[in-house]
Amino acid sequence: MRSEARSAAPDVADALLEARGIRFAYGSATVLEDVDLTVRPGEFVALVGPNGSGKTTLLRVLLAALRPAAGSVRILGRPIEALEERGRIGYVPQRPSLAPDVPATVREIVASGRLARRGWFRPLRASDQTAIDHAIASVGLDGLAGAPIGRLSGGQQQRVFIARAFASEPELLVLDEPIAGIDAESQRRFRDSLVHLIDEHRAGVLLVSHELSAVADVIDRVVVLKRRVVFDGPPARLVAEGVNLGVHAGDLPLWLEGLR
Amino acid sequence: MIAALPLPYPFELGFMQRALVAGIVVGTFGPLIGTFLVQKRMSLIGDGVGHVAFAGVGAGLFAGIYPLWTALGFAVVGALGVEWLRSRRRASGDLALALFFYSGIALGVVLASARGGVGTSVLGFLFGQPLTVDDAELVLILALGVVVATVMLLLRRVLFAVVTDEDWSRVAGLPVAAANGVLAVLTAVAVVAAMQVVGILLVAALMVLPVASAQLLARSFGSTLRFAVAVGVGSVVIGLAASRIWGLAPGGTIVLVAGATFFLIAAARHAVPGGIVTEGSDR
Repeated sequence: MRSEARSAAPDVADALLEARGIRFAYGSATVLEDVDLTVRPGEFVALVGPNGSGKTTLLRVLLAALRPAAGSVRILGRPIEALEERGRIGYVPQRPSLAPDVPATVREIVASGRLARRGWFRPLRASDQTAIDHAIASVGLDGLAGAPIGRLSGGQQQRVFIARAFASEPELLVLDEPIAGIDAESQRRFRDSLVHLIDEHRAGVLLVSHELSAVADVIDRVVVLKRRVVFDGPPARLVAEGVNLGVHAGDLPLWLEGLR
Repeated sequence: MIAALPLPYPFELGFMQRALVAGIVVGTFGPLIGTFLVQKRMSLIGDGVGHVAFAGVGAGLFAGIYPLWTALGFAVVGALGVEWLRSRRRASGDLALALFFYSGIALGVVLASARGGVGTSVLGFLFGQPLTVDDAELVLILALGVVVATVMLLLRRVLFAVVTDEDWSRVAGLPVAAANGVLAVLTAVAVVAAMQVVGILLVAALMVLPVASAQLLARSFGSTLRFAVAVGVGSVVIGLAASRIWGLAPGGTIVLVAGATFFLIAAARHAVPGGIVTEGSDR
């Protein structure tokens, strides 16, 4: 099913995310140089790179949290600064700033994701409640919808934040290291829920991660960043170069460290 | 004068009934605002803004302007100032509060004393005079209660998202600065409108203590709001009744009841049979 999505991928003109010639520097230290990145509908792109390669900075530029020194970012066909419907982008942060003791249920947290799509001042309708339930079910947390988030394991909590991003039914989903340190069951659920989003809604996914073994079989394209893009192609081409994404876990991280 | 209701002792008299109504309104909107402030790690902003408002009272007395208006101006500017410092990461939340807190109370004392000493009217703003609430003050505080409850009802979802995960809310395109600004202004207006009636101490305490109790009991944010309001209103009713029966200071008694409620709930939560045996066997 995933290969169909790949073959049906339209050209760059319909790209969900299109970054061109991004340059960014902290003072005199150049972090990103002439970076191009495209994510199309129904495409699963993994962004990898050694520590300090500029992945997080690039993500912040793509989400308009940082302004690049040069280059442009267009999301859903518009410059990111002009994009008003931010709810069309789902975002799963690396470390949510949510306090661990916040008295909130899984459902309450996921419902905030719907605000971005629905409009924060409008009451939630039955269709919104259905979307929230659907998002919770898609990450396998239906039985825990009423549970306080503080009582969940780290992996389950990360699934709540993924469901919060799903609740807005995003056309583009951006995830920053979402599977770092989570259990195998949560990783499997995570993979299935991304496949569901891509296949059912033809959303585009941009995943930043060190660890791709859980999703290796569903990735369409790998982009390797080391200040500039040093590789951009299907995983099969990386495999051909002797780099394994998943079966022999550890191959990719070792190779990335060799790039430093 | 609004007619007295046929309530039993200790609320059979008009002044007790006006104190009761004013107290219940503050016991409702204090915890409503406070539940969001506590999640934001800004539990002490009510107190901080109260002290800035105190500077406004001093400025009003000094300049011969009705002190409530100057207090309101100072409090709104102070609350937005604390929020600005916090959001720009110019100072941590508690440091931003401390800056305004100490400067505010010092300015209030200096301005008020320049006009003939820190009199009972100034102390009244700090500790309140619930038993002297008149009809005009009652109308003011009821109107405020309606405004706060309406704004909270309309904005509760976006306020929840912003106070629990500000970074995510910003990326999601939610109006983070506006939501924080509205919360800061509501806090300032609530403190100022309530301070002459029940005192800065009481309104600031009712923004935090019932929320602390509610967090021990609640599983969700919605139930935290409901429990916090229940504890706030309960503390007002019990505190006022106790103050009448035993002749205690009403504002202080209400705060003590709210504080004691927290410790009672915390103790009850730990009072499972195993816990009690363990504590006993340690001795």
